[in-house]
Amino acid sequence: MEEEWDEGGPEVVKRFMYVNRKAPYGTVYALEMLEKVLIAAAFEQDVHVVFMDDGVYQLKKEQETKAINMKNFSPTFRALEGYDVEKLYVEKESLEARGLTVDDLVVPVEVLSSEELKGLMDKQEVILTA
Amino acid sequence: MLLHTVNKSPFERNSLESCLRVAEDGAGVLLIEDGVYAAMDNTQVSDLIKKRMGNVKFYVLGPDVDARGLGNQSMIDGVESVDYAGFVDLVEKHSATQAWV
Repeated sequence: MEEEWDEGGPEVVKRFMYVNRKAPYGTVYALEMLEKVLIAAAFEQDVHVVFMDDGVYQLKKEQETKAINMKNFSPTFRALEGYDVEKLYVEKESLEARGLTVDDLVVPVEVLSSEELKGLMDKQEVILTA
Repeated sequence: MLLHTVNKSPFERNSLESCLRVAEDGAGVLLIEDGVYAAMDNTQVSDLIKKRMGNVKFYVLGPDVDARGLGNQSMIDGVESVDYAGFVDLVEKHSATQAWV
């Protein structure tokens, strides 16, 4: 099959923002959001991934899920760089409310205040939240 | 005396708050699934549990704590960690179980 973007990349690149607000294992939202991020990455879009509210818990280090019989998907966040998804943001207020710091997280992120996040969100063309 | 189980994050839902509003002194509260986030110290919601510590007995399900990467985080003093067998023991030793889903 002919791939139209073999020569110069995708025809349309949009600014996508994925806003993660859910803790990782209590519901399936977090895992499904990660899959959506990977799809956008496969289409070489300009992906921004935000973690706020309980979503910051998705990035917590030292997740050990064997005993609850679920897949630990936190290592996948470290692999995002390989898909050119490097714009990861954490809301400062959410991190602090949970007594966490960037040292508790599995990947390097940019910490933004709500005020800064507001500006970044406003620049997006597609926003998906879960 | 009742055993209450709470499986929702205290940051997202008011299940734990409601549970503690009606939990009698002497009751047991077992935090499971996303409920375990409430047991962590130095958070915006730590006081929910601290205020009832001593008159309500608090437990967390260890496997749920470990899954969420909280095994090495500081837990509120007095919260006891149990495994699945311990969960069964708690159910057995209370008169009934109230699940705050």
